[in-house]
Amino acid sequence: MTGFARKDLLGLADLDADEIRHILDVADQFRDVNLRPIKKVPTLRGKSVVHLFLEPSTRTRTSFDIAAKRLSADTFSITGSSSSAKKGETLLDTARNLVAMHPDIIVVRHALAGGVRMLAEALPETSIVNAGDGACEHPTQGLLDLLTVRRRLGGFDGRTVTIVGDIKHSRVARSAIHGFSKLGAKVRVCGPKTLIPPGIESLGCESFDRLEPAVRGADVLMMLRIQQERIHLGGHYFPSIREYSRRYGVNRDKLKRWARRDVVIMHPGPINRGVELEPEVADGGWSVILDQVENGVAVRMAVLYLVLGGRRTAATEGRA
Amino acid sequence: MVGIRAGGVPLAERLADCIRDAEGKRPQVGTVDITLYRDDLHTGLEKSPLGATELPFDLSGSAVFLVDDVLYTGRTVRAALDVLHDFGRPRWIRLAVLVDRGGRELPIQADVVGRAVEVGDGEKVVVTLGDRDSVGVETRR
Repeated sequence: MTGFARKDLLGLADLDADEIRHILDVADQFRDVNLRPIKKVPTLRGKSVVHLFLEPSTRTRTSFDIAAKRLSADTFSITGSSSSAKKGETLLDTARNLVAMHPDIIVVRHALAGGVRMLAEALPETSIVNAGDGACEHPTQGLLDLLTVRRRLGGFDGRTVTIVGDIKHSRVARSAIHGFSKLGAKVRVCGPKTLIPPGIESLGCESFDRLEPAVRGADVLMMLRIQQERIHLGGHYFPSIREYSRRYGVNRDKLKRWARRDVVIMHPGPINRGVELEPEVADGGWSVILDQVENGVAVRMAVLYLVLGGRRTAATEGRA
Repeated sequence: MVGIRAGGVPLAERLADCIRDAEGKRPQVGTVDITLYRDDLHTGLEKSPLGATELPFDLSGSAVFLVDDVLYTGRTVRAALDVLHDFGRPRWIRLAVLVDRGGRELPIQADVVGRAVEVGDGEKVVVTLGDRDSVGVETRR
């Protein structure tokens, strides 16, 4: 399939390499729009984008909102938390109410994996964009990570990407594993054994429970946020933050001893300074963390633009 | 000289060369891509790939010639005018096209026309660039 002709973006697992590359190419063009004095194009004028964020988020929601507004769309935000027992029911009810208001795109973040897929199937006339479904996928994050690496390194062939942290609970990691391996990079995951899901290798990556071998030879180090709550809430995944940081945190000394000189440091944010990353690394020349944020808006503009086009294409060709 | 992607771009370059040969100074050349400004987006019709708009000069107060290969409905030019105005306020904008095939759907006319061509039902105009100054214009199905 050339280009991108889907009405939804639910996960990178669904896409083939050509589709992913097409989104990145379109995102590159939208980067230029974000550098103009008038950061607006009329492309989505009159279209409605609803942000349905049932899990907290400021940065992702803001990024999607900026993206939609720069495309001249009207945006509406619904935020709230999903309580455990009623999650599925609440989501469908909320969505049905929304559909009555005829949105063109719903950007959804939800605590349950698969919630977005259910919505996409239940709402054939609306484009659904996944902004994070449980620990399953966060495809726009994956795409902006890919774009950032492509711009910094030129490509993915022969490159190694190491993801460090709480892989078990990370949708960022899963989308990254799908995206980077489809585009030809080698992917490694690294963290305490308690935080690496068994069988993750079947997604196409190598796993390490020690940082040094995972870092050696890697072109990209993607550091994930360790959630401080994890130590205390029923999990006991590691004895203490200090121990985690000593074994898996990255500082200048470790980079000097183990990493390639031109290694690229990434982080989806927000950073726990001093835990997964020392400030000197987060702010140093290796870091592309702010580029990730900049590319995030461009990627989201590309996705909003493409799913609307994809919905029409699918409709005229008789596919749902 | 601002060429409209894609057909207007090489023409804008050639015209700039001609002006340089005739007057000694080559005007600056830019390109506009109108994909994001089209009025038929999301109709499911075949879409052109998104290209870059490159205007490496200050548009405000400048004299601009928009250049395209074929002028037909006028919608492409309408979109190009919108793009230019998002970048600044030109002193004036004029339109130069190689071929005017009639069939306007908007009140837009070219200031400079290479050739007016009559096109039959179901036919389209194809412009090919030969080397140096030559261009080929043909109508076909």
